[in-house]
Amino acid sequence: MRRRLLATGVLFVFAAASGGCRGAQSALNPHGPEARELAWLFWFFLAILAAVWFAVVAALLFALIRRRFPVREHSMTRIVGALVGATAIILLVLTGLSYRTQSQLYGQEVTAPVTIHLTGHQWWWEIEYESSNPSQTFTTANEIHVPLNRQIRLKLTSSDVIHSFWVPTVFGKMDLIPGVKNEIRFTVDKPGVLRGQCAEFCGFQHAHMSLLLIAEDPATFAKWRNSQLRSRLPPASSEGEKIFLGKPCATCHTIRGTPAGGRFGPDLTHFGSRKTIAAGTLLLTRGAIAGWIVDPQSTKPGANMPAVDLTPQETLALTDYLEGLR
Amino acid sequence: MNANDKDRPRDNELAGRELEERLARTWGTPRGILGALSTVDHKIVGRRYIVTAFVFLCLAGLSAVVMRAQLAVPGNTLVGPDRYNQLFTMHGTTMMFLFAVPVMEAFAVYLVPLMVGTRNIAFPRLNAFSYWVYLFGGLLLWVAFMLNIGPDVGWFAYVPLSGPEYSPGKRADIWAQMITFTEVSALAVAVEIIVTVLKQRAPGMTLDRIPLFVWAMLVTSFLIIFAMPAVMIASTMLILDRLVGTHMFNPAEGGDALLWQHLFWFFGHPEVYIIFLPATGMVSMIVATFAQREVFGYLALVLALIAVGFLSFGLWVHHMFATGLPQLGASLFTASSMMIAIPNGLQIFCWIATLWDGRPRYTTSLLFVLGFIVTFVIGGLSGVLVASVPLDTQVHDTYFVVAHFHYVLIGGAVFPLLGGVYYWFPKITGRLLSERIGKWHFWLAFVSFNVAFFPMHILGLEGMPRRVYTYQAEMGWGNLNLIVTLGSFAFFLSFVLFLCNCIYSLRRGLVAGPNPWNASSLEWATSSPPPPQNFTLIPVVRSRDPLWSSPEGLPAATGLSVDRRELIVSTVVDAEPDLREASPDPSIWPLAAAGATGIAFVASIFTPWAVVWGGIIVGILFIGWFWPKSEKEDK
Amino acid sequence: MSERPGGIDVSGLPTYAFGSRMTMAWGTAGFIVLEGTGFALAIGAYLYLAVINPAWPIGVAPPSLFWSTLVTLSLLISVWPNHVAKRSARNENLALVRRDLVIMSIAGVIPLVLRIFEFRALNIGWDQNAYGSILWIILGLHTTHLITDVGDTLVLTALMFTRHGKGRRFSDVEDNAVYWDFVVISWLVVYIVLYWVPRWLTT
Repeated sequence: MRRRLLATGVLFVFAAASGGCRGAQSALNPHGPEARELAWLFWFFLAILAAVWFAVVAALLFALIRRRFPVREHSMTRIVGALVGATAIILLVLTGLSYRTQSQLYGQEVTAPVTIHLTGHQWWWEIEYESSNPSQTFTTANEIHVPLNRQIRLKLTSSDVIHSFWVPTVFGKMDLIPGVKNEIRFTVDKPGVLRGQCAEFCGFQHAHMSLLLIAEDPATFAKWRNSQLRSRLPPASSEGEKIFLGKPCATCHTIRGTPAGGRFGPDLTHFGSRKTIAAGTLLLTRGAIAGWIVDPQSTKPGANMPAVDLTPQETLALTDYLEGLR
Repeated sequence: MNANDKDRPRDNELAGRELEERLARTWGTPRGILGALSTVDHKIVGRRYIVTAFVFLCLAGLSAVVMRAQLAVPGNTLVGPDRYNQLFTMHGTTMMFLFAVPVMEAFAVYLVPLMVGTRNIAFPRLNAFSYWVYLFGGLLLWVAFMLNIGPDVGWFAYVPLSGPEYSPGKRADIWAQMITFTEVSALAVAVEIIVTVLKQRAPGMTLDRIPLFVWAMLVTSFLIIFAMPAVMIASTMLILDRLVGTHMFNPAEGGDALLWQHLFWFFGHPEVYIIFLPATGMVSMIVATFAQREVFGYLALVLALIAVGFLSFGLWVHHMFATGLPQLGASLFTASSMMIAIPNGLQIFCWIATLWDGRPRYTTSLLFVLGFIVTFVIGGLSGVLVASVPLDTQVHDTYFVVAHFHYVLIGGAVFPLLGGVYYWFPKITGRLLSERIGKWHFWLAFVSFNVAFFPMHILGLEGMPRRVYTYQAEMGWGNLNLIVTLGSFAFFLSFVLFLCNCIYSLRRGLVAGPNPWNASSLEWATSSPPPPQNFTLIPVVRSRDPLWSSPEGLPAATGLSVDRRELIVSTVVDAEPDLREASPDPSIWPLAAAGATGIAFVASIFTPWAVVWGGIIVGILFIGWFWPKSEKEDK
Repeated sequence: MSERPGGIDVSGLPTYAFGSRMTMAWGTAGFIVLEGTGFALAIGAYLYLAVINPAWPIGVAPPSLFWSTLVTLSLLISVWPNHVAKRSARNENLALVRRDLVIMSIAGVIPLVLRIFEFRALNIGWDQNAYGSILWIILGLHTTHLITDVGDTLVLTALMFTRHGKGRRFSDVEDNAVYWDFVVISWLVVYIVLYWVPRWLTT
């Protein structure tokens, strides 16, 4: 009876746990060689460390239960000494493996990468695709697209407090620190919509500062990149854009192709092409857009975006407009 | 140099009840409120410290219960981000600064003078002062929280978030100043412990006869002295940045955000060993008593304590592996962080070896020690994992690391502490805690702790970061979070059960004699609870386990005055008696000085002039404190 | 625990002594160590900022040597009467101790007054940049120690002129003198760091 209970409990835990393992934000679901290396290292460490734990607990239980294995003090000293030696050796091996992975992950040469400059803000990600050709650079927010099998070079800094860039399926995290320029390099070799989240407490809405990293084949990526380069698509009706430019929106947001050039909030030129809004907080749907612009504070209390006075017609027009910014 | 006649009678001129009663009168605390506020008896101060620390444990635990209620299901609206951020800040800050370190120091304040065979702690008025300063610091923090101006930047308050630009108002200042309170208090106690251990040991208690808990507290006290100034300097710089416009952490004017992290973690890593080493000292005492043999590897355990102490100063950068520091430097810290597992492992092996050759008696104390070994090793091993730079970049700032540090702090410090409470409760109160309730307490705590914290390892690997007030349903973290929440509720209940045991046993517990466990160290050589003078006659020690090697009783060092507070000061290494030093009588000055210090600290959050005026007033009160009250203090 | 073989009679022991035989000396040493650690860390922060900034000092010339060197000289000169005070204390000579404490009181006030001029001569405010901040912080840290020790010395001087001027008070005089040594030595280190390191860095 006890054993059944135990088995059920274990199964339950595994069932409960397994949902996230295949998740888009799981460190054990690698989508690139670096993440794979990290996952492998994790499993190896886990195996060794778990074995050590079992050995220690077994020794403890044995020490308590055994009746007929007295060990002389002298021999016990030798055994303890040997165990200390074994501990040291295991630690040496683990340290060596750690160094190996570390130098692979952080010692990479730069090889014709896609270079992206990420700036952390409270509570969104400013993304700038760099290029040696200035006309090939553009700015977007909260969603990164990368081509498969090409080195991605991420330059990381912050405009306010410390944030941390973390997309577990491709690489370990790296902090975005004001006054500091950090950089990571990685490759993605499995397509997918991968999720990342800020991993350094940054204030009120740290919990809602996520991003998507979309890994796609080079052709699709090139198409996306080219579409991001151009200014905003001319809207179906001019009403929404008029409202946008008339309200305070333009003080914070940029929409290329319009006079709106604010730099305080995310670039909205291709807002409608993204999968989520408010840094991964809501899926991009008409309802979500409307709800967000009418009252950002109810979705993200403390966010820096104020609620703006909008009539229902204005809301509808704006929603149409923003949705059309593909 | 001596005025022999004025010091008589001596304790070799009286005997029996008359000697006990006169000594109790000399060393006792006057009754009533004034007596209670002016006591310098380390046992009374120590008890207060312990109770206060457990009150803070309770408050911090309640914060955690509310946090877990919020995280039980995705998208929960029980608590919004502002309150949640305050809650996790209060939880961490209270646990680390107001519970974990103070409770270990509290046990040291109570036990160390008894274990080394002296009448009071060194600098007893300073001891009283440090308790009051600690209390006032804790009150500052919690009153602020009740008034909704509690800090909300996490227990390590990274800049620039905690700086003047991104944390307007007084919240972060309250956090920073509370640190000043608790660090002043802890540093004072550390000095007292070192001096008590080095200079006030009973005759014959050479360095290699000191009980392991005392060794642990000696090493811990050195750690406190070298580590805590770092956080005091850091928090002072933060207050200055916020209050008077310095730029220590402002990168735009030559400052550096990472400077904060270096200063904080230079303190922060030794801090966790300041919490853990005393627990290992408790474990050594408990294991020996309930294995009914001397601890295996005394010398190894002492060397392990010292090695851990030294090494702990070389690990701090492992908290900064994700900040982009040069990889070569970081890898040195991987090596040192891995290395510290060796002396820690050595201690575990010695304890298991002690149990191997002993005849275990399964009291609740021993159960908690066994629970400690099983859980702490998990935490230590996950520590080996996070010591690796690449692995840490995946699990840092996620629930994996939350699991790791709770396993080492709860498994490694709270379980031994609870074992220590069951062990020393009879000595402190004169009654034994109920073993029946104790067994229930242990199993509930042990099981619920693992249910609550083990799944966090998985959550971290699945991508759940720390310090999030909510998470989205699509992430698939809901089930595990619910399990964690239920486990944490049950874990909280185990503390309620523990409190019930304490209250019940204070009235109805079995009355304890001087040595209910048949233990070997000196605190068990006097009554339970001990008389005000601790020992009617100071014992002379000839072995590491004096009560076991001299079951018929210990010889005494006699000749101390009966009507004047006097204790023996001995030489550092060989504990040969050297002086008869006067010990202070009860005094109200420590409370007055602590009050003025507290007011000065709090006021200086609002105006820098408070430092000047406060300094003057505190200076005057310190003069009153140290000015001799009568000529007998000049001897 | 009564009359057993192996007992010791401590009734003949003195009630006070000098140096490391006394608990107070160890307490003083403990506080010296922890305050020294504080200095070391503040200096560490100074050097850290100096290394990470392209120019150091930031935006100004190194601080003027005039008043600070006077402070240094006055502290160095005070070492001798301080040493004499220790000797008088050990000899328990009340008249000499009184004389030496009065001298040390004056010897402590002089650098304090000079320190005021030293602060005023600083060429940067604490709120201008991180260099100004750490400069004022370290100087302030040392000044706090100076003020408390001079205060201590003044109180002890007054005490030795009362009926309490005897017995273990002589040991207190020695402890105070040891703490003064710490104030002087810590200043020498701080002086080099604040006034000479920036000069070496700019060459």
